Amino acid sequence: MSLLSPGDQQKLRETFAEMIRPVRLLFFTQTFDCETCATTRQILDELPALSDRIAIEEVNLVLERDKAQKYGVDRAPAVVLLGQNDGGAEADSRIRFLGAPSGYEFISLVQAVLLVGGRSSELTDASRARLAEVDRPVTMQVFTTPT
Amino acid sequence: MAFASPNITAFAVEATEFPDLARRYQITGVPKTIVNEEIEILGALPQDAFVEQALAQFVERHRGTETQRH
Repeated sequence: MSLLSPGDQQKLRETFAEMIRPVRLLFFTQTFDCETCATTRQILDELPALSDRIAIEEVNLVLERDKAQKYGVDRAPAVVLLGQNDGGAEADSRIRFLGAPSGYEFISLVQAVLLVGGRSSELTDASRARLAEVDRPVTMQVFTTPT
Repeated sequence: MAFASPNITAFAVEATEFPDLARRYQITGVPKTIVNEEIEILGALPQDAFVEQALAQFVERHRGTETQRH
């Protein structure tokens, strides 16, 4: 049974229809010691049914260390969003979620999927100018709670 | 921001699921943003203020003569 009401599914379907590029979600999971991996899987499994531009790939954190390392993921559940560059090649969006994307985080995940899927960004010109000046690696961690 | 700059990686972290991280970064309220383990931004700020606080230390060092901020 779906976690989303038929009304919410319909709304999301319409929202995702704006996507112009495919988005692949890498879901890092592990079999043991991961209380929220099952919930995360259940949430993510809702998405491909709502848009044919959304795909999910499950990655075992323990068995696929190389992949985890490549994307800087060292715990589960984690979700990495992969988009597509102008040439059509798959490209890392550098956006990741740690923990189950439930409650308010689900909305953040939907927003992130839309952004990577081609919706225009909400950054101001001033922000863009600042971002263009960043000349070294920066890692930002935004801590939230589900409610 | 991560999507707009190839140098930026952004993690949305569910604090209650990772108490070790919440402890390490002393998360007592949300949202709290940690930038390169150095900068803490508490609460939600208007976009321009947030971008400025988050990135002021990480922009071009080599632009003309070193800019001094006092």
